[in-house]
Parts: sequence; C-alpha cells; structure tokens
Amino acid sequence: MEPQLPTVEMRSAGDGAGVVCLRGDWSLRGGIPSVDTLAGRIDSDSLRRLTVDADSLGHWDTSLLLFLDHLEDACRKRGTQLDRSGLPDGVRRLEALAEAVPERAGARAAASRVSILARIGNLALKAYRDNHEMLDFVGQVAVALGRWVTGRARYRRSDLLLFMQQAGADALPIVTLISFLVGLILAFVGAIQLKQFGASIYVADMVGIGMVREMGAMMTGIVMAGRTGAAYAAQLGSMKVNQEIDSLSTMGISPMEFLVLPRLIALTAMMPLLCLYSDFIGILGGATVGIGMLHLSPTTYIIHTEWAVTLKSMFGGLFKATVYGALVALAGCLRGMQSGNSSSAVGDATTAAVVTSIVAIISACGVFAVTFYVLGL
Amino acid sequence: MSLVSDLGHSRGQAATGTTFAVAGGREVHIRVRNLTMAYGDFVLMRDLDFTVQRGEIFVIMGGSGCGKSTLLRHLIGLNEPAAGEIWYGDENFTKAAPATRELMLRRFGVLYQSGGLWSSMTLAENIGLPLGEFTDLTPAQIREVATLKLSLVGLKGFEDYYPSQISGGMQKRAGLARAMALDPEVLFFDEPSAGLDPVSSCLLDELILELRASLGSTIVIVTHELASIFAIADNCIYLDTETRTMGALGNPHELLKSCTNPGVRRFLTRGREGAEGVREGETAHG
Repeated sequence: MEPQLPTVEMRSAGDGAGVVCLRGDWSLRGGIPSVDTLAGRIDSDSLRRLTVDADSLGHWDTSLLLFLDHLEDACRKRGTQLDRSGLPDGVRRLEALAEAVPERAGARAAASRVSILARIGNLALKAYRDNHEMLDFVGQVAVALGRWVTGRARYRRSDLLLFMQQAGADALPIVTLISFLVGLILAFVGAIQLKQFGASIYVADMVGIGMVREMGAMMTGIVMAGRTGAAYAAQLGSMKVNQEIDSLSTMGISPMEFLVLPRLIALTAMMPLLCLYSDFIGILGGATVGIGMLHLSPTTYIIHTEWAVTLKSMFGGLFKATVYGALVALAGCLRGMQSGNSSSAVGDATTAAVVTSIVAIISACGVFAVTFYVLGL
Repeated sequence: MSLVSDLGHSRGQAATGTTFAVAGGREVHIRVRNLTMAYGDFVLMRDLDFTVQRGEIFVIMGGSGCGKSTLLRHLIGLNEPAAGEIWYGDENFTKAAPATRELMLRRFGVLYQSGGLWSSMTLAENIGLPLGEFTDLTPAQIREVATLKLSLVGLKGFEDYYPSQISGGMQKRAGLARAMALDPEVLFFDEPSAGLDPVSSCLLDELILELRASLGSTIVIVTHELASIFAIADNCIYLDTETRTMGALGNPHELLKSCTNPGVRRFLTRGREGAEGVREGETAHG
C-alpha cells in the first residue's frame, strides 16, 4: 500500500459552520500542509464554527499536531470556534501531554540575547578571572613543588616514569623528523647566500649555532606543545568530566600533587634530553646538505661545527628547553583543570592548551633573546 | 484503508488502518531468530529466539552484565550477530544492504543510557539535526517540531539550553525527545530510569505508556527496574547469565505467577524466591 498524500478539504455545512476533512497519510517527511487556503475559506465564507472530520485519516504523526496548532492559531485570530472532538483519540492525548507541564518561569530568560556592551564587559571580567585563575594555578603548583622537594608530595612513582616515557622516548620519532628537516632547511637557506661569497663552509657554523642556541629548543618545545601539552589537557579535561578529579579531592589527595606534579616534572626533565638529541639530529641534517650538495668534506664540516658550537651556547639552549618544557606542561595542565564538563569543553581545553603553550614559548624566546644579549652570553 | 509507513515499505496484508491504535493487530514487528551474540570467541548469549508485536512494550531484563545492552546494540545494528538474524516486518535487517539498512535505521529512535545528546548543540538543535537531514521541513518548521517534542517530555522553554546546563533527569527526557524526533516506528530505551528518582522514574513510565497509546510505536526497553517492568511491560525476555540463553519469555505478571526458572523467580522477587534452587544446584554439583 503506497502512502497517500495528506490532503485537507473544507466544506461548508451552512449557517456559518464548516467541516475540515483530513485525509491521507501525514508524515513529517512529506512536509506540513499550509493552513493559508483554509484561512482564506474561513474569511470568504465567514465561518464561525469549524468541526474536524478525521474519518479518512490514515497514518499520522507530529506533522498533524503542528498543522492543528497552525489551524488553531488561524481560528483564534478570526474568532472562529474549532471543535476538535472528531480527532483521533491519540491526537487529543498527545496534545494533553504537551500541555501537561507548563513552561517553567524564567527558563527562557537565561537564553536571551546579550547586548554588545554587556558582552565586552563579560569578556573583560572573564579575562580578569582567567588571569586570576592562572596565577592561582601557578601558586598551587609552586606549593606542590615545595612539598615534592621536601618529599611530602603524594603521587605515584610509576605514573611519573610512565609520563617520562611518553614525553621522552615515545617522542623521539617525531623529534627526529622535525629536527632533521629544520637542520636541512637552515643549511639550504644559508647555502644560497653563502655560496655567493664562496663561503659555503660557514654553513656548518650557521646550522650548528642556529640549532644549538635557538631552533633545537624551540622546535622541540613546539612539537611537545602539540603532542604532550594537548594530551595533558585532554587527559585532565576528561578526568574532570568523569568526576575523577572530584573523587581525588574528596579522598584528601591533592590533584595538583597527584596529577599535575608528575606531568610537570616528567616533561621538564625530558625536554633538555630531547633538545640535545634534536641539536644533534639538526646538525646531521645540515651536514647532509653541506656534504651532499655543497661538496664539503665531512672532516671539515665536523671541525667547523666544533669551532662554532661552544659549550656556553649549548647550555643556553638546554636551559631554554627546560623552561619551554615547564611552560608546555603548565599550560596543558592548567587548561585541562579549567575544562568544562562536556565533551566539547574538553576539545576547547585542548585547543587552548596548544595555543597557550606556543604563545608562551615564543614570548619566552623573545625574553631570552634580549636577556642573553644584555648579559653578553 | 490506507496504511503507510514513512518510507512506503509494505507492512503485509495483516496491516490495517488501526495498526496505530493501542497494541492493535497481532502483527509481528521484530523477529529475532537464533541470535548468538559474541565478543570474539566469548559467547555472551546464544539461541535467542523471540518476536515483538507492533505497538508492544517489550522489556529486555536480566542481571548486571548479562548482555541486555548488547542485545539492544544488536537490534539497532551497532553490533553484528555472531549467528542468527533479526527481521523488522518482512525485511531482514541483518542481511540488508548498507543503503537499505540506513533507511531502516531512520525508522528507529534510540534513547541511550546517558542521554547521548550532542554536547555542542542546544536541545532544539539536537532534535532538529535528524529533521534537517531527513525531511524537507523549513528551519522554522523544524524549530516548531523541536518545541513540540520538548513540550511532550515536559521541557517547554528549554530549547536554547545546552545539555550541560540542565540536570541529568532533564537530559534523559531531552534524549527521549530526540529519539522521537522523526516519529520512529520503534523506540529503543537503554536503562531509561537509571539515575532517576522514584517519582521521575514513575513519571517516565507514564510518559512511555502515553506515547505508545497515542503514537502506537513499538517500544523496546532494557531495564532491571522491577517496578517499571511490572508497570509497563506487555512482554519481556529474561537473559540468564548462567545458561547463557533466554531464561523466560512472556508477560511479567504471568511469569511471576507460573514461571519455574529459579533465575527468573529470583529476579522477579528480588531474591526472596528461587534461591533454594540455586543452593540445591550447588550441592548437586559438589
């Protein structure tokens, strides 16, 4: 049996009375018939009373309820009476159900539109609150670190080792790839310029100094922000959604010590190691270009690198990497702990963690550049 | 008499215009044949064989971890049977081609255990998404449908709230409103009253009965709430963890009166009866 299109007919019963005939099958998929023609008939025949005839009505669903709603509205505007007694029992029961619970007072108010001034004000307040929370968080981490140094912090050593593995050894492949390419690119960029002076050999110096002082630490920091910082935010955020953080607090275990501390220590401890590795792989990338393309001899390249890279600049780079590691871990944990209670909030927290980490790394990089210059390092 | 499904599939000759009246007709809506559910090599349940009539409220019951929710997941195609078939009307759901199956899925409405609402959308958007995808309604009409569905579950005025802004019980009711968005022929509820207080849970039972009475949908419910089972179930299936197959099938009141399976008795009487059977069984083993 094929579905029949829903149709509505109106016939006059004389004396200002009309009958609305509902036929066919009513389904949301077929759309909701318009009441405009019916309303036109009510006006033209000046009907005062309408009855509904649903004897030939087939299958029906919500579309019929909505149509009746519209018809009711049209009738009310014209002062016409609508007699619903001809409707199927189910329709009347559903309508009763829909009206059973009145709209809760004030429910709509919360969702109303906010003016632009109020929005600016809210943003300012939010920025203030965010800064306050950040400082609060840093303070709590400092307290937790103090407890850790004095050996009173509560955390699981196995967690710490696991985080070290995740932030250290597991990150080697991606750090290898990125560092090698960065070294390669540095060498290429330098080679084009230096070749014009016949000073190709200084590519070794450039790559060596560039990687060790800046690029090794910064690229590792950015890789770890996307890889580990985001993971920390997502882990803590979903723990917040599952009320795992609440259950730690109620047991008297500080989430700062149990969750944040091991992550912070692991990433801060692993970053200088990764950075050292990255420096080495970057120099290897530069050497590939120097030896392969510029036809420098490997010995010359190594000797030049040795001259250029001093222990001082190397330790400078490692120091920066350590700071970047702490910043990434702090940003990830902060955003994770601030996360809201829904799955989309966890996504927002992850995004915010990566953005915060990268901004922090670049800002710190600028501060270091100026400080190192002033100190003559 | 014209009787029509939303997608124009045949419902067979038994169907008449009154099918959508209360438990009308004795038309088989869901037929499960020799269903075996397994996770890898671990067989959870085997040889499940039952039918659900159109317009019936059918309860899947059993102890924790017996496979109730897994059976529901099989019925809605989230898990594939290890053996056996599931039929809806005269269509084989298990063997259906992906395109056919997708059409069949649109006739289902599912209320998940924790609501399953999309957290990045308001309640009205949650209900409107399937309407926007599968009907030709205008955005204004979709909004009207969403308002109507929300008022059916007592959430009028909450259209622009996000799921995280309302309480757990309200989320569950909003989930129900979304399950009903496309006026499905079959509604599946996974533990609808879990986490609700007794009064809300009773109101939800009444709501389910009222929906069945007015829309005539077939309703399949997974639950272990005895009060609900006795209040709303026309028929129920008991999944027995020990024998790994169905322990009983029938109306819960009659099962309580006449069923002899000790597991079922224990379940329906909250452990007051049927325990002897187990102890005897245990001594016999020992």
